[in-house]
Amino acid sequence: MPVNEVGQAWVWSILNTIQAGFPSPAEEYASERVDLNKVLIKHPLATFLMRVRGASMREAGIDDGDVVLVDRAVKPCHGHVVVAVVDGEFTVKRLWKRGSNLKLQAANPTYPDIVPRDGQTVEVWGVVTNAIKSMQK
Amino acid sequence: MYALVDGNNFYVSCERVFRRSLVGKPVVVLSNNDGCAIARSDEAKALGIKMGQPWFQCKHFEGSHGLIALSANFSLYGDLSDRMMSIAGSFAPRQEIYSIDESFLDFSGVPGDLVATCIEVRARVLQWVGLPTCVGIGPTKTLAKLANHIAKTAERKPGSYPSALAQVCHLGAMGKPELDSILAATSVGEVWGVGRRIGAQLVDAGVRTVLDLVRLDPTTVRRRFSVVLEKTVRELQGTACIELDDAPPPKQQIMVSRSFGHAVTRGVDLATAITEFTSRAAEKLRNQHSSAGAVVVFIRTSPFRADDPQYSGSTTVPLVRPSADSAELVASALTGLRRIYRKGYRYAKAGVMLVELQSQYLQQFELDWYDKDAELPTIGSGAGHQVNATPQRDRTLLMTAMDEVNRRYGRGSLHLASAGVGGASRSWSMKQERKTPRYTTEWDEMPIARA
Repeated sequence: MPVNEVGQAWVWSILNTIQAGFPSPAEEYASERVDLNKVLIKHPLATFLMRVRGASMREAGIDDGDVVLVDRAVKPCHGHVVVAVVDGEFTVKRLWKRGSNLKLQAANPTYPDIVPRDGQTVEVWGVVTNAIKSMQK
Repeated sequence: MYALVDGNNFYVSCERVFRRSLVGKPVVVLSNNDGCAIARSDEAKALGIKMGQPWFQCKHFEGSHGLIALSANFSLYGDLSDRMMSIAGSFAPRQEIYSIDESFLDFSGVPGDLVATCIEVRARVLQWVGLPTCVGIGPTKTLAKLANHIAKTAERKPGSYPSALAQVCHLGAMGKPELDSILAATSVGEVWGVGRRIGAQLVDAGVRTVLDLVRLDPTTVRRRFSVVLEKTVRELQGTACIELDDAPPPKQQIMVSRSFGHAVTRGVDLATAITEFTSRAAEKLRNQHSSAGAVVVFIRTSPFRADDPQYSGSTTVPLVRPSADSAELVASALTGLRRIYRKGYRYAKAGVMLVELQSQYLQQFELDWYDKDAELPTIGSGAGHQVNATPQRDRTLLMTAMDEVNRRYGRGSLHLASAGVGGASRSWSMKQERKTPRYTTEWDEMPIARA
């Protein structure tokens, strides 16, 4: 991210005023290039990447071929886009949760929601925090 | 107090993180070349499959009981291990990583309810990475290790121990009668460092349970058995006297790791440390007459310097062929370090782990053209180095013969197995028919989520 040269000099002069005698404020406050890993991944140890296949989440902005960031440290709540395990396979859906009722909603009218049968448990594997969409497929 | 955090059926659990359909089914992970079982799910254990059992002996369960066998996927295990270790390490001021799936947390001087803390360690590793673990707590490493065995057994075999000890077991917080009854219910062979041979000798001498062993006089033990066993007895009695370096080596991998005395920032210093760790690990490797198929390297910052930017990196570097050669292992480790090193972090810990171990005498030579004692060729071994402790054999005749075969049967019918043909990894040279994708370390192999 380019930093306005004038602005930077101004910041430095302020810092020098405040921290007079401090060895090298330039070193401490040197600008660093924005790191997408830091911006997008809040819990690196708990975050995994998955490739999306299918069109059921199109209206949520997730298309076939997109890569999603899945964070297992985030507690899944109503409205979150999640990766759930259905019949042993990963599926991306929106979590609908009211009391003890739960279903997985598609974001595409041509796809049905997934409603667990009696006694069937749905495992929410992780919460989708971001999607990466390549514009050069 | 020490806590040993240990992954349950670690390699199988790693596979289950991304293949949820494997949950509840009998699964084994096979060693390289799909030789024998190096990890078993509880269901596979229930079928009677033993650790290290050759695949051909249990193959029939595939048809009869739906046994699923997978080839070891060390890239996956290495990454998940790194995540697990980093999480566990954030709970205690000191952590010693003992193997790919075990680390000791040193809680000395830490106040609070240790059992509650360890329940949280376990819950967080399970939630964040998807790996089930058990935690054993005790005043010495040997007791923590024993407590871990009890936590695991209590979970897997209900009725073997009180169910309250399942998953997290604290041997240091028990009253004497309870402790004695638990030690009496545990056979002496379960103690860390008591091997099969010493175990048999002890049983012959009437020492059958851990309680029998604890009640022996350490000095007598030294006289009748060894200094090593004397230390074990002292540890069981609650006196810490085993450093991790002197500890019995883990069976399936060799680990050397250290926390640095002060933060390290420069790549060259890390390289020096990694070189030293790898050399030490290679020495251990040769001592047990093994060779390694891959080198895992990791570096990380300290979770306790909260103001520091945090980073942890780990990678698995496969070797062209199994090796016990220090120079070759070091070169691979440094290749790994270059891959994971990031400037601008204050590194607090680094380590090297040698995995895919096999007995040197079991090595499969693609073609027995080489002198067994001669150095194997290192042509195109990836790291761009030449390592030769002994002069290489004149291979003119071999090359001539190869050319002749290739002329007669077509180009490429015969090539040097170690040549890294076409820049491919060595997957072609290893029989790994059942290997799952490298889900977390390769962009093209990430898991698929249906939408």
